[in-house]
Amino acid sequence: MQHGKYRFIAGFLVVPLAIYLMFVVWPFIQSIYYSFTDWTGLSPEFSFVGLANYQKMLGDSDFWDALSHSLLFLALLPVITIGFALFLAFMINVGGRKRKGAAVSGVRGSSTYKIVYFFPQVLSIAIVALLFQFVYNPRNGALNAGLEGVGLGSWKPNWLGDPDLALWCVMFVLFWCTVGFFVVLFSAGMSSIPNDIYEAALLDGASRFTTFFRITLPLLWDTVQSGWIYMGILALGPEAFAVVQIMTVGPGGPANATTVLPLEVYTTAFSDAQAAYATTIGVALLIVTLTFAAIVLKLGRRERLEY
Amino acid sequence: MGSTFDVHRRDLIKRAAAAGLIAVPAVGALTSCASGGGEGNQVDKGEKSKDNPLAVNGTAALEVYIFDGGFGTQYAKDAAKTYEQRFPEAKVSVKSTQKIQSVLQPRFNGGTPPDLIDNSGAEQMDMGVLVGQKQLADLSPLLDAPSIDDASVTVRDTLRPGIVEMGQYDGEQCYVLNYAYTVYGVWYSQTNLDKVGEEYPKTWDDMLKVCAKAKKKGVAGWTYPGKYPYYLPFSLYPFMAKIGGDEVLKKIDNLEPDAWKQPAVKAALEAYYELHKKGYILQGTPGLTHIQSQTAWNEGEALFIPNGSWVENETAKTTPDDFEMRVAPPSSLDSGDKMPFETTWASGGEPFIVPAKAKNPTGGMEQMRVLLGKKATQNFVKQVSSLTALDGGTDGLDLPPGLNSAIGVLDAAGDNIVNPRIPNWYVSLHKDKIGTGCLGEMMAGRMTPAECMKKAQQFTDEAREDDSVKHYTR
Repeated sequence: MQHGKYRFIAGFLVVPLAIYLMFVVWPFIQSIYYSFTDWTGLSPEFSFVGLANYQKMLGDSDFWDALSHSLLFLALLPVITIGFALFLAFMINVGGRKRKGAAVSGVRGSSTYKIVYFFPQVLSIAIVALLFQFVYNPRNGALNAGLEGVGLGSWKPNWLGDPDLALWCVMFVLFWCTVGFFVVLFSAGMSSIPNDIYEAALLDGASRFTTFFRITLPLLWDTVQSGWIYMGILALGPEAFAVVQIMTVGPGGPANATTVLPLEVYTTAFSDAQAAYATTIGVALLIVTLTFAAIVLKLGRRERLEY
Repeated sequence: MGSTFDVHRRDLIKRAAAAGLIAVPAVGALTSCASGGGEGNQVDKGEKSKDNPLAVNGTAALEVYIFDGGFGTQYAKDAAKTYEQRFPEAKVSVKSTQKIQSVLQPRFNGGTPPDLIDNSGAEQMDMGVLVGQKQLADLSPLLDAPSIDDASVTVRDTLRPGIVEMGQYDGEQCYVLNYAYTVYGVWYSQTNLDKVGEEYPKTWDDMLKVCAKAKKKGVAGWTYPGKYPYYLPFSLYPFMAKIGGDEVLKKIDNLEPDAWKQPAVKAALEAYYELHKKGYILQGTPGLTHIQSQTAWNEGEALFIPNGSWVENETAKTTPDDFEMRVAPPSSLDSGDKMPFETTWASGGEPFIVPAKAKNPTGGMEQMRVLLGKKATQNFVKQVSSLTALDGGTDGLDLPPGLNSAIGVLDAAGDNIVNPRIPNWYVSLHKDKIGTGCLGEMMAGRMTPAECMKKAQQFTDEAREDDSVKHYTR
C-alpha cells in the first residue's frame, strides 16, 4: 500500500506545481533579488547595491510605525474576530434552548442570522471602506449623528482624523466585514459534529459553557486553526491595505497613526518611485507572515480526534 | 484503507495549503512590472518646412496618453483631430486612463512608451526619477519652434511665467511642459462674505475680525481637506513668501538646514494656529476629504478654503448658482511684509512629457505645439474652466466667476508670482511628512507651531541626507 504512494501523488501534482512555481515562487525569488538593487520602477536600468536597502529599512521610522501597526492587527484581529465568530456560530447552531424533537438547536431565527452575518462578505472591501468613510464623517456621518441623537452631541470625535482613534476605527471595519465569513465557516464545521455527542453531554447535564469548551471547540480545532491563519494574513495583507488606503488621512495618517506594511510597500513603490526599497519592505512582510503561520501551525498541533 | 494513509494525505494537503496561503502578500505584485530591454526603434524624421518646423514624419503613427481626471479628455481628442487634418496619413490614437502609473510604468520598463503623456493624477509617475533615469526627451526643439498661430514668435515666448522653469531639473533642458495653469490661494464666495457684511480681509488682523464676526453668525471661518492636509500650503506658502520674501520658499525648496526655523515661517504658522485656537475652523475638518470640505464650503458652513483653480470645475455640481466664487491671495501679515498683498502662488499643472524612448517623439512634440495654439487653448478653457500655459488665450471668452477672478489675481500680481518647487521635487516630503505629519497635526491642534517647525526641519534634514532621493536646487 505504501509502495509508490508519493509517485502517485506527485503525478497528479506536476501541472499545478509547475504553475505554482512559475507564477508564485518565481516572482518571489525575483522580488527578493530586486531588494538588493536600486531599481526605481520607472526605467529598466538598475544596479546592485547589496544590503543598502535593508540598512535603510532598519533606520526608517515609517517602516517601524507600519510594522508595529501590522503586528497589532495580527495580534488582535484574529483573536477578536474568531472569538466572536465562534460565539455567534455556537449560539446559532448549538446554543438554543431545547426544543421539541431536536437534542441540539440554535437560538430562534438562527438561519436568518446566518444570512445577515454573511452579508458584509458579499460586499467588496473597497465598498465597505467607502461606506464606513461616510459613517465616520465627523460632520454628518451616521456615527456622530447617532451620538447627537442620544444627547452626546458635545462629544463629537473626529474618528479617522484623530490619531488616538483612527487605528481602532480601521480595525473595527476589518472585524465587521470578516466576522460573518467565520460564522458561516464555523457553522459548517459545527453541523458536521455528530448529534450523539451533544445528546450524551446533555444527558450528563453539561452546561452550554462546558459543551462549548469540551466538545465543540476541540472537534472544530482544525477549522479554527485554518481560520486563524487566514485571518492573520488578511490582517497583514490585502484587506488591511485596502481599508487604510481608502479611509485614512494621508493615507496612513493622521501622523502615521494607521500606516501598515502593505501600504508602505505600495507608497514606496508607486509614489516615491523606489521599487527596490519597496520590495525590501515586502520581504520584511513576507518574513512576518511566514513566522506567524509557522507559529500558529506549531502551537496548534494537537492530536486529531476521530469521530 | 489504513488510517496511516489518511494522516499522510492530510499532512500533505495542510502543508500545501499553508504554503499557498503564505504566498498571498504583496511582494509578488511588484515584480509583475519586471524590467525588460528596449531597442532604439524610432521612426525617421520627415521633411522640415515652414508648415512643419519640427520635421514630423507625416506617415508615422502617433500615440497620446491622457490622464482622465478633473479636466476630462475631450480637449486632447479635439486637438488630435487638428493633427490628423495636417497629417492625413498619420494614424493618431488618443488613449486615456486614471491610472497613469499602472498602465505606463510597464511600458517605460519595457522600452515602448507612447509618444506624448499627460502624467497627472494620483498615480503620477515621479518626474524627478524619470529625468534622473534619462527617460524623458528634451523639449527644447518644441520651445524654439515657431508658435502655431504666429510664425514670428517661438513657443517659448508664448508661455506664462514659470512654465519653462518648472520643466527644468538640472540645467537648461526642459523635460516637462505643464499645460494647465493653476492659481492657488484662498477661495471664497462673494455672496457668503456679503452675508457677513465684510470685504475680503487684506491683513491678518482683518482676517481674524472677519472670522470672529462669522463665528457669531454660526459660520466657521475656514475649512480645508483634513484628510489631505497638503492643501494647506496652497495659501500658507505664499503667505510665508509675503512675510519674508521669496527667499523663504527658496530655502525650503533647497532643503536648507534652517529652512523651517526662519522667522517668516514661524510668523505664518503662528497666524494659522490662531485660527484653530480661536475656534475659527469648521468642526470636524481634520476628518474631511477634499470633496467633503469643498461641499461644506459650498453650503456656506465655512467662508474660506485653501485650494487651486480646479476647484471651480470639481465642485460645479454642488455650487449654488448665486455662489459668486472668488479667489484671493492670502492675507498679508502686517505692514512689515516684504512682498505686497497681491503676491500669489500660480504655476503649471497637467504636466505633459515626451518619453526619450518613444517611437515618434517629434510627433509628440508637434501635438503639444497644436495644444498650445489659440484654438486648442480656447477649447480647453471653455470645456474645463481652467487657464492654460499659453499667456493670454482667454480674450473674448465668457468665463465663469471663479476663473474670472483668478485672471484678475494674476493681472494684479504681475511679477509677484511665487512658485514653490517642493511639491514636484520631493513629493513624499511635501505630502506625507510636512503636509500630513506637520501642518495637518498643527491645524488639528495636536502640535504647537514650535513643534511643527522642529518636526518639519527634521524631515527636511532627513530628505537632504537621503542619498536615494535626487536633490535639486534653485
